[in-house]
Amino acid sequence: MAECHPVGFQWVMAAKARGAKVVHIDPRFTRTSALADLHVPLLAGSDIAFLGGIVNYVLQEEKYFKEYVLAYTNAATIISEDFQDTEDLDGVFSGLDERYRHYDFHSWRYEGMDVSQPTGEQDQEYEERTRRGASTREAARGEAHGSGGAGASGDLRTDDTLRHPRCVFQVLKRHFSRYTPEMVERICGIPRETFREVCELVTANSGRERTTAFVYSVGWTQHTIGVQYIRTASILQALLGNIGRPGGGILALRGHASIQGSTDIPTLFNILPGYIPMPHAHQNQDLDAFIKAEGADKGYWGNMRSYLVSLLKAWWGEAATADNDFCFDYLPRLTGSHSTYETVHAQLDGTCKGYFLLGENPAVGSANGRQQRLGMAALDWLVVRDFSLIESATWWQDGPEIETGELRTEDIATEVFFLPAAAHTEKSGSFTNTQRLLQWRTQAVEPPGDARSDLWFIHRLGRLIRDKLRDPGYRDRMGLDADGRGAERDRPVLDLTWDYPTVGDNGEPDAEAVLAEINGRSADGTPLSSYEQLNGDGSTSCGCWIYCGVYADGVNQADRRKPAAEQDWVALEWGWAWPANRRIIYNRASADPDGRPWSERKALIRWDAAQGTWVGPDVPDFKATKPPDFRPEPDATGPDALGGTDAFIMQADGKAWLYAPAGLVDGPLPTHYEPQESPFDNPLYGQRRNPARQLIPEDKEPFQPSGEAPGAEVFPYVTTTYRLTEHHTAGGMSRWLPYLAELQPEFFCEISPELARERGLDHLGWATIVSARAAIEARVLVTERMTPITVHGRRVHQIGLPYHWGRNGISVGDSANDLAHMALDPNTHIQEVKALACDIRPGRRPRGPALRELLDAYRRRAGITYETGREM
Amino acid sequence: MTATADPAADPAADPAVDPSGESGYSDHPPRMGFFTDTSVCIGCKACEVACKEWNAIPEDGLDLTGMSYDNTVGLGASTWRHVAFVEQRRPLAGPDPGASSAAADLDVDVLELAAQADEGPGRPGELRWLMSSDVCKHCTHAACLDVCPTGSLFRTEFGTVVVQEDICNGCGYCVPACPYGVIDRRADDGRAWKCTLCYDRIGDGLEPACAQACPTDSIQFGPLDELRERAAGRVRTLHAAGVDDARLYGADPGDGVGGAGAFFLLLDEPEVYGLPPDPVVTTRDLPAMWRRVAVAAAGLLGAAAVACMTGRNGTGTGGR
Repeated sequence: MAECHPVGFQWVMAAKARGAKVVHIDPRFTRTSALADLHVPLLAGSDIAFLGGIVNYVLQEEKYFKEYVLAYTNAATIISEDFQDTEDLDGVFSGLDERYRHYDFHSWRYEGMDVSQPTGEQDQEYEERTRRGASTREAARGEAHGSGGAGASGDLRTDDTLRHPRCVFQVLKRHFSRYTPEMVERICGIPRETFREVCELVTANSGRERTTAFVYSVGWTQHTIGVQYIRTASILQALLGNIGRPGGGILALRGHASIQGSTDIPTLFNILPGYIPMPHAHQNQDLDAFIKAEGADKGYWGNMRSYLVSLLKAWWGEAATADNDFCFDYLPRLTGSHSTYETVHAQLDGTCKGYFLLGENPAVGSANGRQQRLGMAALDWLVVRDFSLIESATWWQDGPEIETGELRTEDIATEVFFLPAAAHTEKSGSFTNTQRLLQWRTQAVEPPGDARSDLWFIHRLGRLIRDKLRDPGYRDRMGLDADGRGAERDRPVLDLTWDYPTVGDNGEPDAEAVLAEINGRSADGTPLSSYEQLNGDGSTSCGCWIYCGVYADGVNQADRRKPAAEQDWVALEWGWAWPANRRIIYNRASADPDGRPWSERKALIRWDAAQGTWVGPDVPDFKATKPPDFRPEPDATGPDALGGTDAFIMQADGKAWLYAPAGLVDGPLPTHYEPQESPFDNPLYGQRRNPARQLIPEDKEPFQPSGEAPGAEVFPYVTTTYRLTEHHTAGGMSRWLPYLAELQPEFFCEISPELARERGLDHLGWATIVSARAAIEARVLVTERMTPITVHGRRVHQIGLPYHWGRNGISVGDSANDLAHMALDPNTHIQEVKALACDIRPGRRPRGPALRELLDAYRRRAGITYETGREM
Repeated sequence: MTATADPAADPAADPAVDPSGESGYSDHPPRMGFFTDTSVCIGCKACEVACKEWNAIPEDGLDLTGMSYDNTVGLGASTWRHVAFVEQRRPLAGPDPGASSAAADLDVDVLELAAQADEGPGRPGELRWLMSSDVCKHCTHAACLDVCPTGSLFRTEFGTVVVQEDICNGCGYCVPACPYGVIDRRADDGRAWKCTLCYDRIGDGLEPACAQACPTDSIQFGPLDELRERAAGRVRTLHAAGVDDARLYGADPGDGVGGAGAFFLLLDEPEVYGLPPDPVVTTRDLPAMWRRVAVAAAGLLGAAAVACMTGRNGTGTGGR
């Protein structure tokens, strides 16, 4: 965190000054470790074993927060008798379709739980087209479900004694019983005593009087089982009562400024603003069928119709009416996964002909850079908007494949447009960061030359397209009406509300006007103040329901800057946090079932019986007037169906899920699997890798053998990629800046003195790092901060690779991500670049065709075939 | 005559000195300075970048040094803030191994450690990564200022020492005069450059760029008296927490430069951070030296006069 979020780390230091203990879990000793009370190095890719070990400790030693667990989690809920655990099936769950590497999760459900069909009627063609639902997985419906959309209602059975063998608590206990300290030591390389110390620190600092927070960054997400890493932490935090309470939680530090915002109002293919799923290409699915399939009967997702109809009204305004389903049919439909990695293959096979890169440098920042570049070389056109001529804009003249002779500039037909972009100081707008806090920033200077904001670009592009579509001459020339359906086809674009006022000499759209649209309006145009005001009848509009209220009273609430000293510790008047300016979500759980704080030390909100309302320094994340003893009517739906102790209001059963009966595509409970490529087998089960990991069928790139398989010894080291404080992601914002470039002027790898001796590597000399996909060179930094660890009784070396570099700019070097493969987390389609296996050798890499020859030799030596690594 | 014979004659030993007042400011603001608390430095180098941005300092070389994450190497004409990174192996469960341990023992010799690693699988010791942001000390008795023949270097009303780029003639006398090796000449223009403690900001009520950018308040700016008091409290806190090595550097008005306007809290001997253990204002002995020179000159003159006289009146073998 000190490395990648130094500004946020000031609060860790502030907590430390007040007595907080900081434990840092990382394969490397980083700037964070330097300030931590305890640094625990572990094998990259082994976090579920580590966290699962703590879960096991908490359950075995009965360190969980009993009253919290009983009141607010699904510990007591009985699971269907069809469910079979990894304990029963040697590392896989029931419902696995081995052929398509895909789970049918019907057997994971709660007993008595209604299972909603995707549509009212069975759509045979859909089933066929989606390879028995496999493409549903690939389309990441799970991502939307993860926010609680998965249905889990019905007549559920519970056992409050937690003794029923099929209650979640007992299932959990059995599932994690393998994660003993000995197993943790074996898999993670963490000595038992150190592990015990961590367990004691965490549990001693949790309960009524104390809370523990977990902070993670992309180190948890970039794995073939990344979502389940976070699930394991969720289970642990729910067991310890650390959710919804001050000082608790799981804090996801995002990759860079406003990445949280770009998930809330997504740049993702599979969700709409506010985590509403993108409709799938079911036949004849209308708005009602969609809501029925995707909404929930209970909880705040029960109001999905209000959120979605208000969104459609924000986008299509007057054109959206009850008669046309509020233009629901204007929304694009998914036919499968269209993630960034499938897009690369769509480029290679000619389906995807054009590509916009807005502040993204996939030639450096994405897994398997060579595939990224080859994909772009197959395009008709490419638009790159950035500050500098990044590698994704120049691969056609000076990329690594030009050097090896694989590509020749004169053969590449891609037309590349480079457009200069405005920096964040040169435009107004908001950042939404980790803590869901929207903070407005005001333009400081005009962008230089032709540089413009992305908002300007998209707005203008939309206007130009609409002008062309309205131009009869153009329509005629392009034959847009040749099939007689052109007018209908273009309505979604022409009907868009695209009338933002512009400001300044450059015709910059007024960003506040966009914020006001996102906030939403009533029928008479009055800004809304809460998503509770949204209606499903078309009388309200709202661009993102969770942001509703950010422009309450016509005031930019994100622009509030009241100093900390002038308000209480929750600081509700600094910026604005979604939803409803709540700073701690699920904060009903900060009080006991009767509405009293668990302790005065950790008090946040409480039920005031005299006033008949929840009160406290934070905005209650609960219906303000719903008393703790409220029991819903049997036929109630939506928020009304939540009882007075259903603190987890977005979940369909109102509970924190220790066990996820739906929503995740790779299992209801986390299980440790080795990464796609690892020098080790999985000592827990016969199943080595995540059986549901996503492999792109069109991806023909080689994978390495793993564990005890022959050839795995060719790649005996573990490597992990990461960022340095001095540079920014793929380097577009730092490698061209002298003041940053001089601080880390060159690509380097970090290795231990032992590995240096083992492989004859010299400090500051050159090393070549090799995977089945690429060989890259780096300067060598020999440092004690890289610690060899003992895993499975074997001493293993880990190699650190910061991934910022490419060949352009002032600070240059090879790209670490060229080594990586495209096996993905099946829930999020995120690449596994935090745990890879590789080889390292002294000296620089070969130049020209010799580089491919070196790789061929490695593949031959490892016996790699197309099947290698593709087994389940 | 010894260096510390008479406090009144030796300004470096006078704790009550008021550098601005001494320089002729009659009604001046309190002396301002930096307290750099390295115990909370996270090595982000925001100070280096903010300093360069504000002061428009050129890039200072793109070399990978291999000195941990320190590619800046040291203060210079084009680097006015420098973050040192020190990797150390410390004995397990060890507070300070003792004052006797020389800094050299704590430096990481990677090859030696590689050899040690063979000796056993256990943890050889806790790893420690010290980070510290160095800067011009703005000495109470500033030798750079003393030796500057043009008046380019001057004492400000805040008690800081600033070099004026439009007056500096590039003579370079100040460079060897600095006991810390801070001030330096730029190769391309020959003039001397160093930290101004953001003279162009603090006069407007702003804090210096580095202090403003520091996310953990490792760099604190304020009236020197307050900073010294705060720093003493911080050392007490750290000592109470078992961090016995914590110590202040440059905070003592009785030290060889009369106390620094920019002082530090260190977690080890100054040498570990590349700081001189006992800096002395290089012009301290000048008055005494000049006195000796005067005596010697007088003696010489006398001798010459005697020689002349005796030459005329003597045997006069000289040129003849």
